[in-house]
Amino acid sequence: MNRIEKIFKTKRAQNSKIFIPYIMSGDPSLEHTKRYVAELEEAGADIIELGVPFSDPLADGPTIQRASERALAQGVTLRKCLELVREIRQTSQVPLILMTYFNPVFKYGIAAFIKEASDAGVDGVIVPDLIPDEADEFIRAARQRGLDTIFLLAPTSTEDRIGKVVKAATGFIYYVSITGITGSKLSIGEPMKDMLALIKNSTRKPVAVGFGISTPEEAAAAAKMADGIIIGSAIVRLIAEGKDIKDFAKKIKEAI
Amino acid sequence: MKFKKSPDSKGHFGVYGGRFVPETLMPALIELEKAYKAHKEDRAFLHELIQLQKDYIGRPTPLYHAKNLSEKLGGAKIYLKREDLCHTGAHKINNAIGQALLAKKMGKRRLIAETGAGQHGVATATGAALTGLECEIYMGSEDVRRQALNVFRMRLLGAKVTEVDIGSRTLKDAINEALRDWTTNVHTTHYVLGTVFGPHPFPVMVRDFQSVIGKEARRQILNAEKKLPDCLIACVGGGSNSIGLFYAFLDDDVRMVGVEAGGRGIGSGEHAARFAGGSLGVFQGCKSYLLQNDEGNVLGTHSVSAGLDYASVGPEHCFLRDMKRVEYTFATDEEAMKAFALLSETEGIIPALESAHAVAEASKIAPSMSGDSVIIVNLSGRGDKDVQEVARIKGITL
Ligand SMILES: Cc1ncc(COP(=O)(O)O)c(C=O)c1O
Repeated sequence: MNRIEKIFKTKRAQNSKIFIPYIMSGDPSLEHTKRYVAELEEAGADIIELGVPFSDPLADGPTIQRASERALAQGVTLRKCLELVREIRQTSQVPLILMTYFNPVFKYGIAAFIKEASDAGVDGVIVPDLIPDEADEFIRAARQRGLDTIFLLAPTSTEDRIGKVVKAATGFIYYVSITGITGSKLSIGEPMKDMLALIKNSTRKPVAVGFGISTPEEAAAAAKMADGIIIGSAIVRLIAEGKDIKDFAKKIKEAI
Repeated sequence: MKFKKSPDSKGHFGVYGGRFVPETLMPALIELEKAYKAHKEDRAFLHELIQLQKDYIGRPTPLYHAKNLSEKLGGAKIYLKREDLCHTGAHKINNAIGQALLAKKMGKRRLIAETGAGQHGVATATGAALTGLECEIYMGSEDVRRQALNVFRMRLLGAKVTEVDIGSRTLKDAINEALRDWTTNVHTTHYVLGTVFGPHPFPVMVRDFQSVIGKEARRQILNAEKKLPDCLIACVGGGSNSIGLFYAFLDDDVRMVGVEAGGRGIGSGEHAARFAGGSLGVFQGCKSYLLQNDEGNVLGTHSVSAGLDYASVGPEHCFLRDMKRVEYTFATDEEAMKAFALLSETEGIIPALESAHAVAEASKIAPSMSGDSVIIVNLSGRGDKDVQEVARIKGITL
C-alpha cells in the first residue's frame, strides 16, 4: 500500500478528513519550498502537493500563474523538482504529489519520468491537461511503479466522463469544485453536494475537493461532503506576500 | 494513397492531434463534436452557410492571374487566390461565420476568441454581430500594440477586447486566456478557435470551414487553364488558410508548399518555424510540433507578422509532412517585407504580412519554372492592418 492509500484509509477509520495544501516548487526558491513543506507537515498537512512550474499553465488563475513565472525565473525545471523531492525524503515521509502540466513530462519521456519520480519518493501525479483518454502510456508506466494517477472531475462532468475518470484514477479523485480555473470564487451548495454524491455512487475511491477553497469556513463546508480538501491559491498568495503559512494551515486543519 | 482523411474518433491524425485539456472542458468538446457532426449534414444549416458565404463574405473569391508579378519574376504563371477580398479582409471569416452559426444553433449566447493579427478577432466580432451573440476577444498586449487598427475595429463591432498581459503577451497567451475563460463559462459560451489547432474537433472543423478556398480554386483553375496547377503555396501560422487551399487538391498530382515564419533566421532563435526548429510536444490541446526548450517549456517566438507568430502548428500539417505530401519551408521577415513591397508595386495589391510570406516563396521558385507551369498563391489577407507596423519598421511616422 503506498503512502496516499494508507493515509486515506487511516483517516477514514478515524472518521477524519484529509488536508492537502498545494505550493509551487521554487517559489520563491527551492530552499523556501523545502522549509514550507516542513512547516505544512508540522501544521498537520496529510499530503502535500508540489506544483511544477510551466510556461503556459492554462488551468491556473493569476495567483498560481505568477508563482509559476517566479519559479521559472529561478530556473526551476521538472528535473529540479524531482531532486527537491529526493531531498525532502531524507527527512520526511509525508505523502507527496507532483502537479505538472503534460508537456514537461512528455518531453522528459513518460517512462523515464515515472521511474525517476517513483525513485525520488513521489507518491502520485496530477496532470491537469491529461485526460484518461490520452493517458494509456502514462497509466501503464505509473501502475508498474505503484505511482498514483490522480485524475480530475468537474461540475460539468457527465456520467460517462465520471465512469472513465473513476476507473483510471488511483489514490483519490480530484473533484474540481468550480467550473473554472484555480483560485476562482467558490460556491459550496446543493449542486456540489449532488455531484459528489453522484461520484461517490460510482466508486469507493476517496474524493478530495479543490479549486477556490480559501478560508477555514469553506474548508469545513467542503470537507463535510468529501474525504479531503485541497488548498492552493490561498497559500500561494500568502507566500507571495511574504506571510506565514503555518498558522493558516493549522487553522484549516482544525476547521476540518 | 488517399490523403484526404478525417482524424480517428479521438481526433488523431497519425500520432498528432488528440485532446489535451482540463477535464472540465471535455463535455463541451464532446457536445461540440456531436453538434458539428449533426449540422454539417443538415441541409438547412448548409444552405444558410452557403448563402452567407455568397452574400455576406463575398464568395467565391476571385482567382486572379497576376501577370505583372509573373512577368517580373519570369517563369511560372502565378495566380492569386484572393482571400484578401473576403469581407473583413482575410480568410478567417470563413471559419468564424461557420462557428458563429453553429454556436447559435447550439443555443450558446456568447462567443470568445483569441487573436494574433486581429483578423480572427475581427472575423469573430463580425460573426457575433451578425448572429446577435455577445463577444469577447483575447489579445496579447504586444499584439494590441502591433495591430491597433484591428483592436478598434473589434470595438466598433461591439466586441469587448481584453488585453493579456502575461507570458510572452502574444497569440499563445491569448489562447491560454481564452481557454481559461471557456473553462469558466462553458455553459453559455462557445470558443471560436481561429485555426486548425487545439483539441479535437477544432482542427477538423476549422479545416472543413476553410476548405471552400481550395474547392473554388480547383474549379477556377480548371476553368482558366484547363489543367491542374503545378504548385500551391500558402503561409502557415496555425495552418488554416493553407489547409483550406490544399485540402481539395490533396489527392491530385500537385506540389504543395507551406511557408512558416523564419523571423530573423532560424539560427537566431527568433522565428516561428516549428518544422525547422521545433520538436514533438503537447500544447494547448493537441500533440504537434512545438518550439520548446529541453524542459518542455514553450519558447517565445518572433515574426514580423503577428498571425504567424505562434509556437505550434496544426496536427494535420505534421501528418501531411510525415507523409511527404506537403513540403514546409520558411521566409524571413526581410523576405516577407520585400515580397510585401513587390506585390504592392507590381500588382497594386497590398498583402497581409502573413500572406507576403507565401508571395516570398513564390518569388523564389517561380523563376526556375517553365512559362506554362502554374502556381497558385493563397493571398490569405489584405495588408491594411499592417500598414502602420510597416511604416514603423521603416522608421516613418504617419
Ligand atoms: C491574413 C492572415 N493570413 C494567415 C494567418 C495565419 O493563420 P493560418 O495559418 O491559420 O491561416 C493569419 C492569422 O492571423 C492571417 O490574419
